[in-house]
Amino acid sequence: MAVAIEVTDISKQFRLYSEKHTSLKERVIHGGKMPFTPFWALRDVNVEINQGETFGILGRNGCGKSTLLKCVAGILKPTTGEIRVRGSLAAMLELGAGFQPDLSGRDNIYLNGSLLGLSRAEIEKRFDDIVAFAELEEFIDNQVKFYSSGMYVRLGFAVAVNVEPDVLLVDEVLAVGDAAFQRKCMDHVKKFQREGRTIVVVSHGTDTIRQNCERVMVMNHGRVITVDEPGEGIRVYLADLLGVGTLEGSESGGVEGNVFAIGTVTAEHGGNGARTHMYPGESLTVTADLDSLAAVPSAMATIAIHDDRNELVFASDPDDPACQMEIPLGGGVVRFFFPEVPLLDGTYSVSVGVRSANPAETAIFDWKDQVTRFEVANPGRATGRIRLPLDVSFRLRSTGHTGEVPAVGAEFAPLAGWEESAS
Amino acid sequence: MNLSVGPAPAEPEHVSTIGGSTRFVPGQSNDQITIVNGKVQLGQRLKDLWRNRELLVLLTRTELKVKYKNSVLGYLWSMLNPALVLAIYYVVFKIITKNGQPNFAIWLFAGLLVWNLFNGAAMGATGVVVGKASIVKKVAFPRELLALSVVGVAMVMFAIQVVVLVAALLLFGITPDFTFVTLLPLALVTLVVFTGAVSIFLSAVNVYLRDTQHLTEVLLMAWFWGTPIVYSFGQISGQLAKYPSLLWMKYVYLCNPVTPIVMTFQRAIYGQTQYTYMGNVTHVLPNWGVGTYAELDGVVLAVSVVLFLLALVVFGRLEGNFAEEL
Repeated sequence: MAVAIEVTDISKQFRLYSEKHTSLKERVIHGGKMPFTPFWALRDVNVEINQGETFGILGRNGCGKSTLLKCVAGILKPTTGEIRVRGSLAAMLELGAGFQPDLSGRDNIYLNGSLLGLSRAEIEKRFDDIVAFAELEEFIDNQVKFYSSGMYVRLGFAVAVNVEPDVLLVDEVLAVGDAAFQRKCMDHVKKFQREGRTIVVVSHGTDTIRQNCERVMVMNHGRVITVDEPGEGIRVYLADLLGVGTLEGSESGGVEGNVFAIGTVTAEHGGNGARTHMYPGESLTVTADLDSLAAVPSAMATIAIHDDRNELVFASDPDDPACQMEIPLGGGVVRFFFPEVPLLDGTYSVSVGVRSANPAETAIFDWKDQVTRFEVANPGRATGRIRLPLDVSFRLRSTGHTGEVPAVGAEFAPLAGWEESAS
Repeated sequence: MNLSVGPAPAEPEHVSTIGGSTRFVPGQSNDQITIVNGKVQLGQRLKDLWRNRELLVLLTRTELKVKYKNSVLGYLWSMLNPALVLAIYYVVFKIITKNGQPNFAIWLFAGLLVWNLFNGAAMGATGVVVGKASIVKKVAFPRELLALSVVGVAMVMFAIQVVVLVAALLLFGITPDFTFVTLLPLALVTLVVFTGAVSIFLSAVNVYLRDTQHLTEVLLMAWFWGTPIVYSFGQISGQLAKYPSLLWMKYVYLCNPVTPIVMTFQRAIYGQTQYTYMGNVTHVLPNWGVGTYAELDGVVLAVSVVLFLLALVVFGRLEGNFAEEL
């Protein structure tokens, strides 16, 4: 497979001026001096993107991902290095695609198509498709300045995809428009993938990347952190870059002059020990060390799991008899065992507490808020929060003749036999 | 990195190294490789301009559409300004100061025709890259085309004025000097190349120094009066002839590249080199032959071509940071 985009040692320096003189007058007055701080938006970026690949670029705001895209598109000139692009290219950067507000939608299609390298005849051939795709039949002769932002973006996307480039660069624009239009865009992206075109998507939406990309590059401060398959790339992005891997200092509470204390709390997954992260569906063991200066006949251990947005994912049932225990003088070790954790991606924090099991008594002996953490990385393409157990089967509407297509006009039997086919 | 290494792709014949900008041109084949880096290569720039000529036409038409709404009245309106300028000079010089030059309106028209093209393009081009920021920041294409599209618009205006001029010539029964009319294509090409060079240069500089626009206005006014349009070259050389030691200044005066072009137009359209008024003979144009005019225009053309290439180089240097500066 040939390389579609070859990025070699690309660095891009921006100059940050404390005061920028944009006129000759100011330059003369200040003697031509303009102090600036160099800022490297890209630093030694090397990557090869294969033909027919859908490639994602993940990173926080300001990590250089849009700058890289602009360099590939030829809009910005890199300070050092070289980019080779094989074949034709179209880019959808930010909102819209550079329209002239005073021109009608029709004229803008011609202008934009020409700027993207199409001849007049080629645009004429695609014109109806573009208009239909953008759903702007009624407004195509109106000036673009009277378009709503949604119409504007739809038109931009419609032109860019109908140019049928060998390489399509997309910058966060898949998230615009209404749901129906988004679906249409995704369908078009899928069609591009089937046709073997190269797509580069820049986003900070991990779901878009996971569902569409074959490889992902994670960037931070203008440097490439990793280039990997989406599951691992997203894990690195979430863990290393979003900073969710750091605990904000655990709080503890409890009764004053407590005789009871929770010590070390650890979380271990049941998968391969070399991995720091676990996969969905693996088991998880949380152990908490307890010190007690007195015997507690009816204590109750509780555990809660929060996600990285600090929303509660799970808290144990206080009525669960398994949580109730007798703690002798000196304490011991409490073990919480989850046979299967169906969570998808993310970093989750664990809070552990011990309280009185007597319903009349609400004393909390001790609790540790978000004391430890575990990380789930999803190697598959499912997105969302939870991996629900799923079974899918198919059966024909008419029963009795499994596997045979019913003749036209054949009577549909009642829904018998469903139980057999759906195991 | 997980890279699939296929058979080394044969280096395609049409590898284009591009200074500052990727140019995706019509009919680019799947195998064509475009290289983006910091280098400027003049040959590639020229090639890209040529390959994107269809885009240039479209940009020019777009510009016309925005300006004149594609209506006859719109174009008529655009003629109002040049007509007014001509009327003012006519009233001031012919009626108030009584310079006595016959068919003075035609004389003025011949010179203003040239000047309007140059002036209109230079003024328009100065702001064009800044004005088209929305396109420059979103799409990669040879941005020189923006400046050249303004020259294109000025050429359309020129064509309309030529129609008006021909009508005026027929109306007043004035015969141009057809021997010199044959020089007009050369003079026009020279004018367009020179105007293109100035326009490309100004459009790029204005991105960095936004007051170039105002500066251009003032400089162009000085330039206008340094060019024999309202008065004549004959009057200048006549004045200088009184001071033989200052005669060299004639050549300094001729260094203005617009002057030989204006003079060629005047020579061809106005048709006479001198007139008699109240017994005095006034020379308005030197009595050179076609060859001399052609030579002068040829020199200006050669200089203009060099300036055009220089302008492209400067533009290429400055173009790389357009998207950041806008």
